[in-house]
Amino acid sequence: MKPIVKIENVSKRYRIGGLHPGFFTFRDMLGGVITAPFKRLRDSASSDGRQTLWALKDIDLTVQPGELIGIIGHNGAGKSTLLKILSRITKPTTGQVALYGRVGSLLEVGTGFHPELTGRENVFLSGAILGMSRVEIARKFAEIVAFSEIEQFIETPVKFYSSGMYVRLAFSVAAHLEPEILIMDEVLAVGDAAFQQKCLDKMHEIRQQGRTIFFVSHNMPAITRLCRRALLMERGQIVGDGLPQQVVNDYLRSSWQIGAERDWTDDTQAPGNEIARLCRVRVRTEEDETVSAVDIRRTFGVEVIYDVLASGHVLSPVVEFVNEAGTQVFSTHDTGTEWRRQPRPAGRYTSIVWIPGNLLAEGSLVAHISLMSHFPTTRMHAHSRNAVAFQVIDNQAGDSARGDYLGPLPGVMRPLLEWTTQKGNDE
Amino acid sequence: MDLPNSETTSRHFEAAPAISPRAEIKPPEATAHASLPDAPLVLIKSEETGVQLNLGDLWAYRELLYFLTLRDIKVRYKQTLLGVAWVIIQPLFTMLLFTLVFNRLAQFDTGPALPYPLFAYSGLLLWTFLSNGVINSTGSLISNTNLITKVYFPRMFIPAAAIGAGLVDLAIASLILVALALYYGVALMWGLLLLPLFVGLTLLLALGTGLLVSALTVKYRDLRHVLPFMIQFWLFASPVIYPASIVPERWRWLLAVNPLTGVLEGFRAALAGRGFDWPMIIISAALIVGLLALAFYVFRRTEDTFADVI
Repeated sequence: MKPIVKIENVSKRYRIGGLHPGFFTFRDMLGGVITAPFKRLRDSASSDGRQTLWALKDIDLTVQPGELIGIIGHNGAGKSTLLKILSRITKPTTGQVALYGRVGSLLEVGTGFHPELTGRENVFLSGAILGMSRVEIARKFAEIVAFSEIEQFIETPVKFYSSGMYVRLAFSVAAHLEPEILIMDEVLAVGDAAFQQKCLDKMHEIRQQGRTIFFVSHNMPAITRLCRRALLMERGQIVGDGLPQQVVNDYLRSSWQIGAERDWTDDTQAPGNEIARLCRVRVRTEEDETVSAVDIRRTFGVEVIYDVLASGHVLSPVVEFVNEAGTQVFSTHDTGTEWRRQPRPAGRYTSIVWIPGNLLAEGSLVAHISLMSHFPTTRMHAHSRNAVAFQVIDNQAGDSARGDYLGPLPGVMRPLLEWTTQKGNDE
Repeated sequence: MDLPNSETTSRHFEAAPAISPRAEIKPPEATAHASLPDAPLVLIKSEETGVQLNLGDLWAYRELLYFLTLRDIKVRYKQTLLGVAWVIIQPLFTMLLFTLVFNRLAQFDTGPALPYPLFAYSGLLLWTFLSNGVINSTGSLISNTNLITKVYFPRMFIPAAAIGAGLVDLAIASLILVALALYYGVALMWGLLLLPLFVGLTLLLALGTGLLVSALTVKYRDLRHVLPFMIQFWLFASPVIYPASIVPERWRWLLAVNPLTGVLEGFRAALAGRGFDWPMIIISAALIVGLLALAFYVFRRTEDTFADVI
């Protein structure tokens, strides 16, 4: 199929010499005119010695119509620069981009809004700035206002709006853009939960209409849920391109330096003491497959393999789960009866803790692993902080605790509970 | 902003694929893009490839110029105590001041058909429009930084809108000119029909100067501090408050290379029903067109890096 966006060999260089990058004064220019001929002679060798920064380096990318592409990466990885080039705000230093459709860019909420103007006036102004024609805005005006839910304030200057109202109106205008290529930067991170749900619905709708969306976000669950393709950027380059779950995992691995499996091949490096030592930890399915993304509905296990070096101690492995926000979700230790109070002979052991489906909320988690004695006294033998990382993913089949709701669901737990509803007497 | 309801204009790329209603959503492949163009709609080239004039873009975004101008007008009048009155006060009081000073002390001869107050006001009317336009457009790009760094559109429209908004001031201030003309009994002649021509030339001159200075100001911020001096110098180097006839013969060329001279002389000749000095007017018009072309080129050349340096 014919691509809708074709990025070829695009690089972007910024100069960062002096106090103000790229910022000159007229005085400098006058001075420059006078000294330029001499300077050229003097600095010909070091003319490139001025500090430069490649915000993007040799980007090649082909995008098919209808793709929803999530772009992730650390701050300064080049995500915003790429969006700015695609939306024509700045030009690439080298290379070229071919766009086979109208582009609409939403790099902030309320582009072009002026506080002195009324809601109505701002809808027209912002719409025109975002690339809509007058006729188009007029045709959609009622729809835009209805979507924003602020009908009664539409003739009020927006400086009197609450920030929530402002955001609603601004997003409504943006949501009614009909470009073939939509470029969005974190604009979903606004408004209350109900409004965010509306926004996500709108994005689904836009995608269903076959439009192409570029979407930069730090919200990993949103990326894995909405996108079918994700790009990972690092130091101005695309270092990952593929299925969102995989790319998000690579990203987490690169930022946390950990994956779904950890193997201590070198005994001297492995956490432990003279009594017990960790060998291997991994996240696995019931089918004995190591996974970095687990289905929210499915049971999965954390498997800990360890060596007991000295016989005669009562041991218990402990697994602690911590989410992206650093919240301790829960911790668990071996309460199985077999070795609970049994001193263990030396040797290799494998313990698995099974986490039932529909327990943890979506998101990224890390597990800390320890080996402890609780009996007769509490003692820690081995501890591995951030041993493994994994994600819990909801692919929205409708049978998870989400039901039919696709918006943000707060909470670290996501149990699927039984509900009963009875209709009361109408009399 | 009124709700426009007449389907007067449609953009050339508005023939976007039709949106199917939500109920009959088909898989993405089948829906919208059967009609993707063979040639790219937009080809973003690198900085290395030189200046592209992108005239098509100006046309495609023309409605935005209207909205930005409207915004500038509305915002200007919304939060002022006297509102419209300021527009009249500025040239009127300057005229009274100059009349008091120059007419009493210097006794300029401005011809029988054009008494000094009318002479001075007609000059100040165009001058106020021109100088306000240049000053407003110079600051406009920097005060619209949030737009420039967040969305693409021809940046030229920002200073152009700032100048365009001044036309409303000009129209209001013109009412005083009409009153003065009636008071001094200016005869109705065919020449009056040429007044808009000179207003148009002033507009182009403001646009040329405004584009040039605003583009340079983005890069060289301290131009802002130089501008008031240059504007003041320009005022005294133009026959705004004195007639060109008082300038000694050997300095006349200085007036001739100032494009404002022909415009002012023409405007007053039309008002007074005098004969037009066509060679002078044509020289001025040619200078204005040349300046505009230069400004346009310089602006386009620097525009691409605005978002990086602003």
